[in-house]
Amino acid sequence: MAYVAVKGGEQAIENAHAWLAEVRRGDPAVPELSLAQIEQQMSLAVDRVMAEGSCYDRGLAALAVKQARGDLIEAAFLLRAYRTTLPRFGASLPVDTGAMRVRRRISATYKDLPGGQVLGPTFDYTHRLLDFALAAEGEPPPPAPEAPAEETAMPRVTGILAQEGLMAPEAQSDAEPGDLTRQPLAFPADRSLRLQALARGDEGFLLALGYSTQRGYGNAHPFVGEIRMGEVSVELVPPELGFPIEIGEITVTECQMVNQFAGSKTEPPQFTRGYGLVFGQGERKAMAMALVDRSLRSAELGEEATAPAQQQEFVLYHCDNVEATGFVEHLKLPHYVDFQSELEKVRQMRATAMREAAE
Amino acid sequence: MTAAAGYNFAYLDENTKRMIRRALLKAVAIPGHQVPFGSREMPLPYGWGTGGIQVTASIIGPDDTLKVIDQGADDTTNAVSIRRFFARVAGVATTERTSEASIIQTRHRIPETPLREGQILVYQVPMPEPLFRLEPRVAETKRMHALADYGLMHVKLYEDIARHGHIAISYNYPVMVNGRYLMAPSPIPAFDNPKMDRMPALQLFGAGREKRIYAVPPYTPVRSLDFEDHPFVPIRADAACALCGSRESYLDEVVTDDRGGRIFVCSDTDYCRERQAAQRRDAAE
Repeated sequence: MAYVAVKGGEQAIENAHAWLAEVRRGDPAVPELSLAQIEQQMSLAVDRVMAEGSCYDRGLAALAVKQARGDLIEAAFLLRAYRTTLPRFGASLPVDTGAMRVRRRISATYKDLPGGQVLGPTFDYTHRLLDFALAAEGEPPPPAPEAPAEETAMPRVTGILAQEGLMAPEAQSDAEPGDLTRQPLAFPADRSLRLQALARGDEGFLLALGYSTQRGYGNAHPFVGEIRMGEVSVELVPPELGFPIEIGEITVTECQMVNQFAGSKTEPPQFTRGYGLVFGQGERKAMAMALVDRSLRSAELGEEATAPAQQQEFVLYHCDNVEATGFVEHLKLPHYVDFQSELEKVRQMRATAMREAAE
Repeated sequence: MTAAAGYNFAYLDENTKRMIRRALLKAVAIPGHQVPFGSREMPLPYGWGTGGIQVTASIIGPDDTLKVIDQGADDTTNAVSIRRFFARVAGVATTERTSEASIIQTRHRIPETPLREGQILVYQVPMPEPLFRLEPRVAETKRMHALADYGLMHVKLYEDIARHGHIAISYNYPVMVNGRYLMAPSPIPAFDNPKMDRMPALQLFGAGREKRIYAVPPYTPVRSLDFEDHPFVPIRADAACALCGSRESYLDEVVTDDRGGRIFVCSDTDYCRERQAAQRRDAAE
């Protein structure tokens, strides 16, 4: 039988997409998920997709989660690909997390502090026992008890340390920060670019890197100065008005890690900051980001960079999960041509080796 | 067919296209030099041709005829997907014939049919840095390119010869462009390297994930690295195509059974089909 070259890629792709649509929906006898259900009941998945997709829109993130069948990296990719087509009409003013409407605020460095500790809606201190009552759909839980809102300000812990001169001040600048979605990263990358990359970086990757700094790969001595989560205002100065107007409110999680620094020839001993800020409620990510931010400051603080988490190129080039998943998964594309040339090369090298062995 | 509603012609907005065209002009002016560009997220995954797609999207016009190949073939799944993307967002004519195309986007091959002036070959590039296996730090390789410090690569090739008797690179074989810049030709088989040398068509390279663009203008010398006593030798399977009988084209090996049976067929499907058609015409005459 004569060989006929393989054909039919086009039809195969269409059939695969039809099948995908069918399995995405699952058993039609089971009610379909609504975007509102995903947004409300899978809210941390929605938060993660907004953070790694770099686009604050709960509705679109919920749609991406639904379309991606719950694959959050795929969902972040969908959101990024949409985001890149949006026009840019301006940049907001820096958000003031000091003025946050706080839902959660904890410090591990002070037992009590102005504004107090607020646990908020957290998994901390829950016993991780499967709650079989949830398997049966029942009545919604009774509303959580509420205290009247306190008017006390919640100063940032790092600010308290700074008053005493114990917190190393950050370099201040009104210069427009770089934008890594418009300009490719160049190294050494300044801190604003590093934080941008980390803020959209993969939670799992940053978690592992942050963890590695605690286990001796990077020599970190971190304390959670403060974690706060809540709503902040986003303000914009329209050029035709010339003064800031509030255009909305977003939920963010901020983590400030406090690290000991022994000092150098020019700097007295003091504490240095590792900073994490993510969209939504993403405490694990914010903490990991703060650890990695601090270890990436090794060069400017005159520390020897020996661990992966201290190497800018290693961290920043590999933290983006949309880039990483694309390149890892491209290995399933056909590589016949390269493999054929490898085959010929290996056969050639084997022939040489065997000839030499026989001689 | 017209372009998809709701999107600009060829998907990218005009400002992005202009940014990419500027990078392309710089790349053409400095053959083989990698130009950083503000690569965008595309609706196809990184590593699947986003660099090539962005280059094609920035140069394509309504009168262009596009051919897309992957592994030399027009009907591999990813080539089909990219061709459909452009048919959808740009509404341009597509073709499978090398001679009819004004733009050819490729992954891993250069067509067998020689390209002519006026045609543009767009390569999809996974890793634009030819030195990355020897030096992963981009800040460092940038310095090496600036100083034309390519000793590391020559040592690697020498070590291959010392160890194996010949250079053990079979694809993505490094080339020197215009006697100045070391360049990754993308993972084309080394067999294709000589086609790059003084090619009448413009060659553009896009690496989306790595955010780099580079180019080889028409008729630019492109030399595969070698040594006087170990000259570069392109290799192909020592066989003839089972379909068209070609002994010149690059062949794919096809396993036909589980008893060691295999045949070879042209990887360039258009070239193979044209040859078969010519043979049928000859036989009919």
